[in-house]
Amino acid sequence: MANEDRRKFLADMARMAFGVGVFGVGLGMYAQRAASLPAQAIRPPGAIPEEQFLSACVRCGLCVRDCPYNTLKLAELGEDVALGTPYFTARDIPCEMCEDIPCVAACPTGALDKGLTDIDDARMGLAVLIDQETCLAFLGLRCEVCYQVCPLIDKAITLDRDHNERSGKHTFFKPVVHSDACTGCGKCEKACVLEEAAIKVLPQKVAKGALGAHYRVGWEEKQRAGGALVTPDKTHEYNLPEGYRYEHEGRGLIQEAAPTPFDADPLETLKRGKEGI
Amino acid sequence: MARKYPVAHEAIATKGWLGAHRWLILRRLSQFGILGLFLLGPLAGLWIVKGNLAASLTLDVLPLTDPYVFLQMLLARHWPELSAIIGALLVLGFYALVGGRVYCSWVCPVNIVTDTAAWLRRRLGLRGGTRLAGDARYWVLAMTLLMSAAFGVIIWEYVNPVSMLQRGLIFGLGAAWVVILGIFFFDLFVTAHGWCSHLCPVGAFYSLVGSKSVVRVSAPRRAACDDCMDCFAVCPEPEVIPPALRGAKKGVGPVILDSLCTNCGRCIDVCSKDVFEFSTRFNNRLPAAESVDPVPGVTEERTSS
Repeated sequence: MANEDRRKFLADMARMAFGVGVFGVGLGMYAQRAASLPAQAIRPPGAIPEEQFLSACVRCGLCVRDCPYNTLKLAELGEDVALGTPYFTARDIPCEMCEDIPCVAACPTGALDKGLTDIDDARMGLAVLIDQETCLAFLGLRCEVCYQVCPLIDKAITLDRDHNERSGKHTFFKPVVHSDACTGCGKCEKACVLEEAAIKVLPQKVAKGALGAHYRVGWEEKQRAGGALVTPDKTHEYNLPEGYRYEHEGRGLIQEAAPTPFDADPLETLKRGKEGI
Repeated sequence: MARKYPVAHEAIATKGWLGAHRWLILRRLSQFGILGLFLLGPLAGLWIVKGNLAASLTLDVLPLTDPYVFLQMLLARHWPELSAIIGALLVLGFYALVGGRVYCSWVCPVNIVTDTAAWLRRRLGLRGGTRLAGDARYWVLAMTLLMSAAFGVIIWEYVNPVSMLQRGLIFGLGAAWVVILGIFFFDLFVTAHGWCSHLCPVGAFYSLVGSKSVVRVSAPRRAACDDCMDCFAVCPEPEVIPPALRGAKKGVGPVILDSLCTNCGRCIDVCSKDVFEFSTRFNNRLPAAESVDPVPGVTEERTSS
């Protein structure tokens, strides 16, 4: 009898452990899948890196409440963003980059890092001029809207001039984003006049490349060191065919004037001919 | 066995409808009132309470944090800021005092859904369904804590129907109504009190918080009980009643000490003999309670002395 009871108890335990265990594994997998934030969803300023964010954000919406521009919203069930977490879509309402950063101040848990005191230091994402085929500036028009609305104009977005070879006489004014200044606020994406924005804010990790750790940019190293770091070369002796030399200052390969029976002035040759060769 | 409905018909006869629904009405006022306070901001621009049950700020000074979410956060290895810590301690202290599962019956909006399902189930006379062990919720609770630690995320908040509904009503429901409807039908057709009394880890957590809570339902006039079973019929956790109600012979005091009791007070409402009342855990003296209010004709309960 006691044996049967024990057996039943163990069976019940096993069933429960298995059932809840399967549920738990499913839940874990779901959570991991949901942790991949879609590229168009941007976290509020000061959000700690996404994996940590999901350990810190309690989904209370206090940041949403204190956003004066209704930029932020909490993800609802059915959206691709982790349920209940705050985000914004730049094309709908971008971040207005309030100087007092009320969303960060409102966060009770530190999911939005209070270490962010200057909104210019925010890195919500990175604007990328993602489609040069439709960007009006790249078609040769003077659009510049993204450049003009940028809160960090001439720092985060500059206009680079380039010759328009198609018309032959015009200049491209190409918007160029600089990652050292861009906060990812999304005002450029919001303002882009196209049907579908040609400039988009993407997550930093999507937008940025990364040099291998062993790469050194020579001219930067030289500037940092205050001089060339490699032993200055002796003038290089090239093994060139006779009559050639190499000029290091930019002219490159030079063919020496070959000795010729003819003078530069044809008359001289004729005179010489009179004297009889 | 066919019952006469409504369950509380005797209580209604003796105490009037209002008297037989007093605590239920107060509970609904509390539940809707709390929801209303949160909604006053977004709907009327009156910002008394901001946020939701996970974390809130009242009158711009009082932070409150859900300690269960807070615990998952700690297990996910995030150390929160002071305001969340204070908020969690305040909430913990409150429920440790008034009864952990007061959260379930007086605050949680899902309770309204599952109570409705339970009411309809009684009304339609639906019986049976899948049996679930009542301690499944503790397994789920343990699982969420384990998974929060393993995955480094506040894992229950990915699927928590309580947050889904409460946050949803305040911030936007999305497809969450499907889940809530699912719980309603689960409770109605599959398992009686299936969600709140068997599966929900939030309630399991709060039952642990309130395991030594002060405010308790007591059955000081249990000698008057006529075994009408109405309290068992309405109670979402009926196994908490017998020790207190029928403990006289075994020398068990009249206070319901089981931490699964939600302090909903519905048993007080539906009892035509006024056996139950709100009391404290310290009011558990046995013979005094039995002799203070003797009811003529009911003597078999008062034995063993």
